[in-house]
Amino acid sequence: MTISLPGLLSQLLLGLVNGSFYAILSLGLAVIFGLLNVINFAHGALFMVGAILSWMAMNYFGIGYWVMLLAAPLLVGLFGVLIERLLLRWIYKLDHLYGLLLTLGLTLLIEGAFRSVYGVSGLSYDTPDLLDGATNLGFMVLPNYRAWVVLASLVVCFATWFVIEKTKLGAYLRAGTENPRLVEAFGINVPLMVTLTYAFGAALAAFAGVLAAPVIQVSPLMGQNLIIVVFAVVVIGGMGSIMGSILTGLGLGVIEGFTKVFYPEASSTVVFFIMVIVLLIRPAGLFGKER
Amino acid sequence: MNKKTIGYLLLLLALIVAPFVGAYPVFVMKLLCFALFASAFNLLLGYTGLLSFGHAAFLGGSAYVAGYAMKVWGFTPEIGLVLGTLSGAFLGWVFGVLAIRRQGIYFAMITLALAQMMFFVALQAKFTGGEDGLQGVPRGKLFGLLDLQNDLVMYYVTLAVVVLAFLLIVRTIHSPFGQVLKGIKENEPRAISLGYDTNRFKLLAFVLSAALAGLAGSLKTLVLGFATLSDVHWTASGQVILMTLVGGLGTLSGPLLGSAVVVLLENKIGEMGHAIAGLSGIEWFNTLGESVTMVTGLIFVICVLAFRRGIMGEIIAFGERLRGKG
Repeated sequence: MTISLPGLLSQLLLGLVNGSFYAILSLGLAVIFGLLNVINFAHGALFMVGAILSWMAMNYFGIGYWVMLLAAPLLVGLFGVLIERLLLRWIYKLDHLYGLLLTLGLTLLIEGAFRSVYGVSGLSYDTPDLLDGATNLGFMVLPNYRAWVVLASLVVCFATWFVIEKTKLGAYLRAGTENPRLVEAFGINVPLMVTLTYAFGAALAAFAGVLAAPVIQVSPLMGQNLIIVVFAVVVIGGMGSIMGSILTGLGLGVIEGFTKVFYPEASSTVVFFIMVIVLLIRPAGLFGKER
Repeated sequence: MNKKTIGYLLLLLALIVAPFVGAYPVFVMKLLCFALFASAFNLLLGYTGLLSFGHAAFLGGSAYVAGYAMKVWGFTPEIGLVLGTLSGAFLGWVFGVLAIRRQGIYFAMITLALAQMMFFVALQAKFTGGEDGLQGVPRGKLFGLLDLQNDLVMYYVTLAVVVLAFLLIVRTIHSPFGQVLKGIKENEPRAISLGYDTNRFKLLAFVLSAALAGLAGSLKTLVLGFATLSDVHWTASGQVILMTLVGGLGTLSGPLLGSAVVVLLENKIGEMGHAIAGLSGIEWFNTLGESVTMVTGLIFVICVLAFRRGIMGEIIAFGERLRGKG
C-alpha cells in the first residue's frame, strides 16, 4: 500500500487533533476525579454544550468564534458551579458509583434537553475567517484551523499542568486530594476549592467543545461516543499524573489516526484494544499510581 | 409460609392468568425478559457490590448469537437459548478477567469500554446486519414438539424459563456462595483476611450474571424475532442500572418492579404526557413522549439524591420501621 508522506503527515495531524480533544477531556476528568473522587460522566455533555453554545451564539446573536472561545468556558464553568453546589455535594460521602450514576443522569438530562430542541442531525459551524484555508509547508499542506486546535490545546494543557504542579494554588489542590481534612485545618477553604475545581474541569470541556465545533459535526450527541473513548484513555493512562493524561490522550489520538490509514475497520476499536493490552500488562495504567 | 413467599406466588398467579385478562402477551414477555436482565444485573451490583456498566454486551451479544443460531444455522429454540447463555457466560468470563484487575470505579469504566468495543464489532460485522439488525428469527418448535409460533405457548415457555432462572438467582443468593458475595460487598478486606480468594468469587458472580443476562437476551430475540444494535448500545447498560436502582438494589423483588416501571415508562410516556397536559393545561407536556431521555435522566438524578434504596428498598425499610426494628 503506497502512502505518500504528505498523506501520512496530514493523517498524523488529524490524529493529533483528536488526541488534543482526548487530552483536554481526560485532563479535566483526572483533575475532577483527583479532588472530588467523582467520575464525571457528564464531561461529554459539557463538551457538547460548549460547542452548541458557540453555534447558538453565532446563529441567534451573530457572536463570533473568538468571543465564544472565552465565553463558552465561562458560562459552562458557571453551570459547573451550579451542578457541584446543588447536586454533587450530597453524594461525596457515598460510594463512588453514585457519583457516576448522578453524572450519568445529568448527561441524559442535558443531552435529552438539547435533543428535544435540535434533534440528532448535525448543525454546521464555520471555521473562523482568520484560520480558514491552508498553508503550504513544502512537505505537506497544513490546514490552518487544525494546526490551531493542536496548538491551543497544547497551550491549555501545559498551562493546566504548570498551575497544578508548579504553583502554590496547585499545591493546595494536590494536598486537598491527599488529605482534605488536614488542608482544611490549615485554613484553606476546601469546599470552595472543590467547587472551583469542578467548574474548571467543566470549563476545560467546554473549551474543547468550542475548538471542536468547526471540525466535528455539532450535534446533541457529539459528546456521547467521545466520552467513552476518553474513559478508555483514562484507564490506559492511569489517573495518577496530569502529564500522563495529556501524553496518553495525544498518543492515542495519533495511534488512532494511523490506524485509520492502515486498517480503517479497526479505527473505532483500537483504543479499547490498547486498553485491554495495558490492563493485562500493567493494570495500574501507564502512568498510574495505585489508588 | 411467610408473607414474601405468598407475595411471589400471587405474582406468579397473576402472570399465569395475564393473557386471559387482556394483557398483550408479547408485551408481558418483553417485560419478563427485562425483569430477568435486571435480576441478573442485581446479582452483581446489589449482592456483590460490583457496578458493571457494560451489561448490554451480554444482552445484545447473546441476542445476536442466539438469533444467528436459530435463523442461519437452523437450530431449535432450546439450543439457541443454550448457545446464547453460554456465549454470555464466555463473554462475561473475558470481561471479568480484565475488569477485576482494577478496583471500584475503574471496574465500571473498563466494563463500559469493553462493551463499547462490542458495540463497534456488532456495528461493523457482516453477520449482525449492522444498522438493520438481525431480522426474521424464526420461533421454531421447542424440543421439536411445542410450536412456539403460537403466542400463548411462547408466553408460558418464556414464563417458565424466567421463573426457573429467577429461582436459580434466589438459590444462589441464599447459598454459602451468596453469603460470601455479600461479605465481599460489605467489606472486601475482611473477606480476604478470612481466607477467601475474593477475585475468584467476584469472577464467578460476574460470569453467572453475564450468563443469565445472555439468557434474557436470547429469550428476547426468540420472542421478538429480531436482535438490533440498541441491544448492545451503552444506553441499554444504563437502562438496566436504572431498573435496578429504581426497584431497589440488593432486594430480590426490586429489579422485577424496577424493570416493569422503566419499560412501562418508556412505552407509555407519550400517553402520560398527553394526560398531564390535559389535566394541567400546560402544552409542553404533550411533547413528553419525545423526551424519554430527559425523563430517564431526571429519574436517575432524583433516585441517586433522594431515593437510593429504590421502591422495594423503601417499602422494606418502612416495614421494618413499623415493626420497631429500624
